[in-house]
Amino acid sequence: MPGHDHHDHDHDHDHALDPHAAVTEEERREFELLERSIRELLIEKGVFTADDVRRVIDRAATRTPADGARVIARAWTDPAYKKRLIETPKEAVEELGYDLGPAEPNLVVLEQSERVHYVVVCTLCSCYPRVLLGPPPDWYKSVAYRARVVRDPRGVLQEFGTEIASDVEVRVVDSTADMRYLVLPQRPKGSERLNESELSRLVTRDCMVGVTFPDRP
Amino acid sequence: MNLSIGDRVRVRAGDPPGHIRTPYYLRGKEGVIVARWGEFRNPEELAYGKQGLPKRTLFLVRFRQCDVWPDFIGGAHDTVSADIYDHWLEQA
Repeated sequence: MPGHDHHDHDHDHDHALDPHAAVTEEERREFELLERSIRELLIEKGVFTADDVRRVIDRAATRTPADGARVIARAWTDPAYKKRLIETPKEAVEELGYDLGPAEPNLVVLEQSERVHYVVVCTLCSCYPRVLLGPPPDWYKSVAYRARVVRDPRGVLQEFGTEIASDVEVRVVDSTADMRYLVLPQRPKGSERLNESELSRLVTRDCMVGVTFPDRP
Repeated sequence: MNLSIGDRVRVRAGDPPGHIRTPYYLRGKEGVIVARWGEFRNPEELAYGKQGLPKRTLFLVRFRQCDVWPDFIGGAHDTVSADIYDHWLEQA
């Protein structure tokens, strides 16, 4: 991705008026300072401990793209599982031993085909299927990706090395609210003989966001 | 207002202050409801420590890119979809 080329918004970058305007580096430093001040005050007041904070961050970082890859590989090898994954994603993911918990946002699985290529973004912040993929990569949170992928998806995908044929429909999905989107890519050609665990190694984080295809066997 | 899958809708064009989950670039644009996700407490209220009631119905609305960006340079059938709460939508 190129650097922070500021996108031409048609309204003012004034956070007092628009809490979703792009965040500048200077503002980011201010927010970090604000976060630290509030956190330290709350620890001082005994609302929670520093160890509580550490544990929450630790838990959030436990999931990795390998967990999502396991789910995708299962869907590639078991058509009945794939059907359940699309129709009742939460239950299907829990079948594999992942506890998504009642408070977690809802999961939606977007199945790619020869005709349709899905790519996911959160233009408002950084909503991401963390329950399955862990924390999002920095580029996913960058202003450049968020502003540009809804505006010029094919151009952004090209920068990821992903060329989408002109007769394929590119569907950008902006996760603005209570749903989290996971892309189910097509099983790569030439992977017919691979077993589930070999297949899962072809499933990269980026292909589950839709910015690339799975690796070739 | 009873909206359902397949309905053509327009996103309200307002620009109220606050924790708004309707992206600015879609305001005033027309699209089609492609999924109904159910009822959720209103995040615009929850963000300020309120109860978020009444619950709002959340829809996935799909827009043709060329309807969103007049100078869109991608494919003619390319789309962008977003989750939008019912109080931001009106029948088009």
